Amino acid sequence: MPTATKEDGFVVFDHVQKSYDGEILVVKDLNLFIGQGEFLTMLGPSGSGKTTCLMMLAGFETATHGDILLGGKPINNIPPHKRGIGMVFQNYALFPHMTVAENLSFPLEVRGQGKSEREANVMKALDMVQMGEFGGRRPAQLSGGQQQRIALARALVFEPELVLMDEPLGALDKQLREHMQYEIKHIHERLGVTVVYVTHDQSEALTMSDRIAVFDDGIIQQLATPDDLYERPDNAFVAQFIGENNTLNGTVKAIKDGIATVDFGDGTLGEALAVNCAGVGSETTLSIRPERVDIGKESGPNAVPAKVLELIYLGDHIRCRMNVMGNDQFVVKVPNAAGHKHLVVGETTKVSWNSEDCRALD
Amino acid sequence: MKSTNLLLAASALALLAPAANAIELTFVSWGGAYSKSQQLAYNDPYMAAHPDVTIINDESSPEAVAKLRAMNEAGNITWDIVDVVAADAIRLCDEGLAMEIDFDKDLAAAPDGTPATEDFGDLLVSDCFIPEIVYSTTFGYRTDLVGDTPPTKVCDVFDLKKYPGKRSLEKRPINNMEWALLCDGVPKDEVYDVLATEAGQDRAFKKLDTIKDSVIWWSSGSDTPQLLADGEVIMGSTYNGRLFSLIEEKKQPVAMLWDAQVFDLDGFIIPAGLPDDRKQAALDYVRFATDTQRLADQAKYIAYGPARKSSAPLVGKHADLGIDMAPHMPTDPNNAKNTFLYNYEWWADYRDDLDAKFQAWLAK
Amino acid sequence: MSDTTQTGPVLAADGTPLKRSLQRALRREKLRALLLIAPLLIFVLVTFIAPIADMLFRSVENDIVADTLPKTVVALKSWDFHSGEAPGEAVFAALAADLQVAVEAKTHTRLGSRLNYEKTGISSLFRKSGRKVKKWDLASDAPFREKFIKIDKDWGDVDVWRVIQTYSGKYTNGYFLNAIDMEKGPNGPQWRDESQQIYLMLLKRTMFLSITITLSCLLLGYPVAWLLSNIPMRTSNLLMILVLLPFWTSLLVRTSAWKVLLQQQGVINDVLVWVGLVADDNRLVMINNQFGTIIAMTHILLPFMILPLFSVMRTIPPTYLRAAKSLGATNWTAFWRVYFPQSIPGIGAGSILVFILSIGYYITPELVGGTTGVFISNRIAYHISSSLNWGLGAALGSILLLLVLVLYWLYDRIVGIDNVKLG
Repeated sequence: MPTATKEDGFVVFDHVQKSYDGEILVVKDLNLFIGQGEFLTMLGPSGSGKTTCLMMLAGFETATHGDILLGGKPINNIPPHKRGIGMVFQNYALFPHMTVAENLSFPLEVRGQGKSEREANVMKALDMVQMGEFGGRRPAQLSGGQQQRIALARALVFEPELVLMDEPLGALDKQLREHMQYEIKHIHERLGVTVVYVTHDQSEALTMSDRIAVFDDGIIQQLATPDDLYERPDNAFVAQFIGENNTLNGTVKAIKDGIATVDFGDGTLGEALAVNCAGVGSETTLSIRPERVDIGKESGPNAVPAKVLELIYLGDHIRCRMNVMGNDQFVVKVPNAAGHKHLVVGETTKVSWNSEDCRALD
Repeated sequence: MKSTNLLLAASALALLAPAANAIELTFVSWGGAYSKSQQLAYNDPYMAAHPDVTIINDESSPEAVAKLRAMNEAGNITWDIVDVVAADAIRLCDEGLAMEIDFDKDLAAAPDGTPATEDFGDLLVSDCFIPEIVYSTTFGYRTDLVGDTPPTKVCDVFDLKKYPGKRSLEKRPINNMEWALLCDGVPKDEVYDVLATEAGQDRAFKKLDTIKDSVIWWSSGSDTPQLLADGEVIMGSTYNGRLFSLIEEKKQPVAMLWDAQVFDLDGFIIPAGLPDDRKQAALDYVRFATDTQRLADQAKYIAYGPARKSSAPLVGKHADLGIDMAPHMPTDPNNAKNTFLYNYEWWADYRDDLDAKFQAWLAK
Repeated sequence: MSDTTQTGPVLAADGTPLKRSLQRALRREKLRALLLIAPLLIFVLVTFIAPIADMLFRSVENDIVADTLPKTVVALKSWDFHSGEAPGEAVFAALAADLQVAVEAKTHTRLGSRLNYEKTGISSLFRKSGRKVKKWDLASDAPFREKFIKIDKDWGDVDVWRVIQTYSGKYTNGYFLNAIDMEKGPNGPQWRDESQQIYLMLLKRTMFLSITITLSCLLLGYPVAWLLSNIPMRTSNLLMILVLLPFWTSLLVRTSAWKVLLQQQGVINDVLVWVGLVADDNRLVMINNQFGTIIAMTHILLPFMILPLFSVMRTIPPTYLRAAKSLGATNWTAFWRVYFPQSIPGIGAGSILVFILSIGYYITPELVGGTTGVFISNRIAYHISSSLNWGLGAALGSILLLLVLVLYWLYDRIVGIDNVKLG
């Protein structure tokens, strides 16, 4: 896994800021180094600044401050058509008045490729996305998934070293979307191009990426591999945004060996990894994944009372919503394993967790 | 419920009742200063004398002939009195769109008892046409743009050497062809005979060719006064009343060139096929409006000569400016030294043909 | 899949054939749809289709001769103008009888005006003769031939009789011949005298000027529409008001304003002289010619180009241009290869609109066109409102209509009429 630095990063954002109106910064001091061949996803809610970053990289927006480097060269003053970056747009932006083949041929034509060479390259690209027979069709005659493939092929046909994808799967239905995720992933692996991918769908990001940059409020909240992001979120936002998450609020009583003891307000105590919390006496939010919570263990350092509010049968597990320390959205995934205790709505029991699985965050 | 309805119906009837006796006359004229002079001289006094009559003004005279024909075809004539030029009246009469007038019976005699036919004399050019005014198409020139020797003859219009600059002429053959021949040496009484021949027409066009490049062609009576006022042309033809207003009311540096002015007539027709009551109302109005005093009155507001001989001595001063109107009449002896009367009969025959040729010549 | 052995029609639940059942259901739908559009349909029929049909009819209709002179027309059938002699007494007797009836109905002068379009002098011939013939006694005053020729020697003119004979049919192609500078000569259609040829030239000029105006509208309107569709809604609404501003002032005012600007002593010339670009005695002639017509008409018709362009451009997402640029196209290539082709429906709609409007314009050309900038519509207006030669006006109008339809067809063949989007 290439972990790029400012020096050897293929794409470098160096203290980049962006403001549209001169008052509000949409992107605040962005520093990001992307290695060659890396699949990096910018993930975040809408308005978090991720698309703006992509557009700055593509050249459709200019950075208000800071440098963007591509292959070691600053590209701030290079117009988009000279950057040689492939791009897949949200709604594909296939030219409706051209056939599929003409669409693919377009970037080759403007690069002055000869006709036969062009045709060969177009065919190759079409085959890559398994659309070899559709060259003569118009985009309007294709399904959403097919258009998506063509858009992908068009962004790759001129063999760019960097491909940007702006929520390319947003318009597809769930099943097709998942299928395309794998396909894009495979193409990326096969071609070895660098991909910068923008999405607001965290499962998509987790599935495809080498690294994920979680954006919020114009700032990268955390830049990490998918498993790190899920297992070890740096702050409450990331914990909340990635995967399902339970939170418990409390006050730090003591910190010892990286383990914080937290008072939930009524004297009940619990332990958690002190990841991102201030000193003793400060407020903190504990974050625990639903699948890391045990039900029914009476003893242990982290056993707190809980009341079952709702049970949803989901086949392989049972989703149990409980009231824990005043939080009535506390969810526990109970595996549907043999001999497991059957819960009843309204029943009072205890939940517990390992201190390592619970993170005390801001 | 029922009683309210009855009450409503009764009051509605009461409101309608006076309207049943009222007469509405639709009076079609040219608009502008001319309509205003008619309003002051004819319509206001007439309505004062006949409180039951309302006169509705319509400014459709420029397209009166076509509209009357369309109304006639649709079988719904909405106009009662129409002010048209004599040529249009002749056409309307020919087309059966205007009512024939029994002049002595339908029109008032002069104060001294002279019957109308005699009082109007030669000006009764059609059986349907009741003359109202004599106007003339003549030239005006910019006194400050023609040098030290102002033009005195109509032929100066054709003299580009002596009077270089643009001139404006009407975009139709009538008058222009006559002037061209006159200035090409054709005696006045032979003009129409010459113009009736191909050679004569060519001759007129050739004469017009000599100034063609310096001419701005007008199609609306307001064009020449505007062009003169802007200094776009140094001389131009238009109706004498327009020039009067330009000179005396707007005080522009413009003077009249009365030489070879072409007399034309404007007057009333009553559309053919009116129902009897409307016809009688229209005739009654026309009888009043074209009597000796009323025709003389109109000259107080506009510089056009009354069509009755008996009106001439009654022409007084301009209502606002207070100047004597007689010297500004086209018929004034000083102005009428050399005049030309529009030959209606001739033009009725030659208009279609010459107009086609004239337009073809213009477009060349 | 389906039962192939079943050959009879598919039946609905109640046993009627499904097809008929469906038709019945659809018929009711259609009837309702028809009722909904009925008011508009009637309106269009009355105000649009009917006048056009009337115009087409008038351009060939010619029953006035046969209606006014029924006996003469019959008597004239056997006359051959090649004889070089005016017809004999039988025809003149018929004419006397017809004219007496016509004078009573006051239709003889009308016929005179009609035939005067074809031969100068017939108008006064009928007017003059009518007055005399009124007093004749048909029984005792015969023979009439000499009497007529005494009224006017033109009655002895073969050409007058030829014209009456030529135009005695209920229908004529004379107006159409006239409209293309031809006439009915003694030996079939022939070209008019060169000094009278004008319509073909005017038709060509109308086409040329209309195309020029359309192109200049496109040239000026395209960037404006582009700007309007690529700026925020609020600003574009404001600018749109400026585009529509010309609609709010009267046509005459706008045209007069151009006069003030363009005339030789006008504002533009004054400025040019003041700047020193133009000598005072050599001021530019920018009005009362084709230039004036093009300028004024372009101004008046510009909104009709901008609006359809705008409505099409607004639907072209800016991503296409971005996509093209990201694929390596320069600004120009991106515009020309990607944006422009997609704006063609707007260009088509705007051009058709402007072209058809300008082809029928006559007020503005009359005011600012001088002699070289007038359209064929000016002659149509003249024949409708002044010369009352409605037949010729209708023929010219029909030709114009035909021309527009031909162009429309051509457009359909070349660009495709589906490629027109008005909004």
